[in-house]
Amino acid sequence: MLSLTGSGQFSTRYAQDRRIFRLWQARAGLAVLLAVAYVVVPLWASDYWFSAILIPFLVLSLAGLGLNLLTGYAGQLSLGSAAFMAIGAFAAYNFQLRVEGLPFLVSFVLGGLVAAVAGVVSGLPSLRIKGFYLIVSTLAAQFIVEWTLTKFGWFSNFNPSGVITAPPLVMLGTDLSSPAGRYLLTLSVVTALFALAGRIVRSDLGRNWMAVRDMDTAAAVIGIPVVRTKLLAFAISSFFCGVAGSLWAFAYLGTVEPHGFDLNRSFQVLFIIIIGGMGSILGNFLGAAFVVLLPLLLSNLGGSLLAGVIAPGDTENLQKILFGVLIIVFLIREPEGLASLWRGLWARARVWPLRD
Amino acid sequence: MSVSRLSFRRLAGAVSLGLALASGAVHAAGEQYFPLQSYRVGPYAAGGTGFFGGFIDYMQLINTRDGGVNGVKLTWSECETEYVVEKGVECYERLKKGLNGAPAAATNPLSVGIAYATLDRSTADRIPLITINHGRTDSTDGSVFPYVFPLQLNPYSEVSAIVNYVGQREGGFEKLKGKKIVTLYHGSPYGKETIPILDILAKKYGFTVTHIEVPHPGTEQQSQWLNIRRIKPDWVILRGWGVMNPVALKTAAKTGFPVDHVIGNIWSNSEDDAAPAGDVAKGYISITTHPAGTDFPVLKDIEKHVLKAGKGNLQDPKRFGNVYYNLGVVNGILNVEAVRIAQAKFGKRPLTGEEVRWGFEHLNIDNKRLQELGAVGLVQNLKLSCADHEGGGAVRFQQWDGAHWKVISDWVQADRALLRPIIEKSAAAYAKEKGITPRNCAKES
Repeated sequence: MLSLTGSGQFSTRYAQDRRIFRLWQARAGLAVLLAVAYVVVPLWASDYWFSAILIPFLVLSLAGLGLNLLTGYAGQLSLGSAAFMAIGAFAAYNFQLRVEGLPFLVSFVLGGLVAAVAGVVSGLPSLRIKGFYLIVSTLAAQFIVEWTLTKFGWFSNFNPSGVITAPPLVMLGTDLSSPAGRYLLTLSVVTALFALAGRIVRSDLGRNWMAVRDMDTAAAVIGIPVVRTKLLAFAISSFFCGVAGSLWAFAYLGTVEPHGFDLNRSFQVLFIIIIGGMGSILGNFLGAAFVVLLPLLLSNLGGSLLAGVIAPGDTENLQKILFGVLIIVFLIREPEGLASLWRGLWARARVWPLRD
Repeated sequence: MSVSRLSFRRLAGAVSLGLALASGAVHAAGEQYFPLQSYRVGPYAAGGTGFFGGFIDYMQLINTRDGGVNGVKLTWSECETEYVVEKGVECYERLKKGLNGAPAAATNPLSVGIAYATLDRSTADRIPLITINHGRTDSTDGSVFPYVFPLQLNPYSEVSAIVNYVGQREGGFEKLKGKKIVTLYHGSPYGKETIPILDILAKKYGFTVTHIEVPHPGTEQQSQWLNIRRIKPDWVILRGWGVMNPVALKTAAKTGFPVDHVIGNIWSNSEDDAAPAGDVAKGYISITTHPAGTDFPVLKDIEKHVLKAGKGNLQDPKRFGNVYYNLGVVNGILNVEAVRIAQAKFGKRPLTGEEVRWGFEHLNIDNKRLQELGAVGLVQNLKLSCADHEGGGAVRFQQWDGAHWKVISDWVQADRALLRPIIEKSAAAYAKEKGITPRNCAKES
């Protein structure tokens, strides 16, 4: 019987003590999960699973992570996530277009860096204002970016429709444009960035973020450079969002217009972290699963169970009602988000079969 | 805590149930499947319910009156897109495999955004992508876009025909010199598609054109129309969609611009666009490829075999025969004809998307065929080929009298000879960017 107790597992070195997953059972579980994601899923999944479920789920998890670093860890509210996704996508597109022979992964990173710079600029007001007022300033970024990308044709290479299309996804001679290839590409980028985020939030910087989040005056008093900490939060968060935007445009849809990154997308990312859990890495996956998978599930169920019974337009509205009710129920039962539910389950499992 | 745990378990149960339902396919071959990426909620529901209502009713007619296409019954299922790109992609992926063993014939998303996003996918999956009266203009060049069909009227032909009509109204093209035209367009790929071609036409005929964007969904247009009043144009071309259209007409009246000098494009031409604006819409002009009305024999047949039998798709029977509905019927006719033509070559059985594609490419709707279909005056003559995936390019103009559309012009042809080189150039650039080798249309049969 697999037990999750930590008995008999002692840290003999500091490095062991600083590990993210201190139980061997947790590490083994993670390894199995990664093996499933990298080996089993590509063998088993259909195009529908790749293109309609897994890729958007992963990309939105990453966008959620970007916002979670800023809002959940550093305490700075933002409604501009979609704007930074748009900057990432359009910058990556332009690097691809204008620099001959640039590997597309490099342009993803460059796109993320451009988004980071934009993030710092839109984060400047955070040095003076807080909370709801900061939301307004990031909201401004959201509208300005969308307007700029629409207004100036240069950003979309003067495409008459303002739509950008994906560059050929070829890496080291391998064509990744098949659904499985795009899934593996997305998965690899997402895994790498989640690992990075897991390190960041446990570093000095991550602890500074949390100190600023909990009380920035106190943080300043104990010598934390508040200005740098906040701006780094904006930069790193926007970088993550920017890369997510590139993946959204190129690995998921293959084509995107500025309005694909409108305020609704920002809200969607915000809901992911509220439902998933602020200040949690895992919560981004849980929240994205809730926001992406549940409507699909309801729509599939509605399509097959209610077809012919109720008019199609009505089933669609019923799904919206049901989804809204579920959100409310979850938030009442678990205001800290799904991640806290998971923590509770984990704590119970650790002492099983005893009761807490 | 225990309740939360339970709900998790329930969720997991629901997930597996849903997946089983989604993938559980009972084999029932012998039918031809149409995946419908429809939209019945959201700001564009009027267009979606009308179009897909007409499309479904026509397929229903073929099944009940004729017993299918040469005995092959048509089947379909819907997936709601709300006109949202991601949802459309999801629906495309969900439906593309066919239904219960019936292969998918063609997709008809009725959304430029979704069409753009599924263009590569359709080509890779070998399923025709039909964008009737809209779509990506350069997909007219079938040598580069073998699977994409902007049937009847692509956006360039559309504005070209409008400019030709304005020329007629002004009394000749030379009179266009110095005139001012404003296009008020929907802030989406669809709305922007015609900006470059209008600039070219403006240069050619010597009028000035100003492009003004209305952000989606277009419920607020005060500043745009104040701007128009400042410009004082001779004509306004309205490239609207959904709720943007009646708002444009109302705001035009409010700011004092005469609506009989507003010309609506093919997606601003329905009863649902003019009627909500009330009396002020009287005199509004728009183009159409498919007049409203219930007098066409094919609509009479639908009424007899489908509506009277209680199988009609429309929730509001009063919308039977309106512009969106009739476009759906036209779309149904063209899809079914493509299947019929392909069956003549490949055999009377359910066909793959690749085979139906051949059928679309060999569509040839002449007056004789229109007579047989009972659609004279509803559908224009259409002849497609490998190089030409549009086929028609003519529109008529109609004017709103406060309750109905009255046709006020004969067919006005777009200047397709002028447009063709621009389309070919754009298609060639796309082929180069994407690494596509164009087909040699001279060798295609």
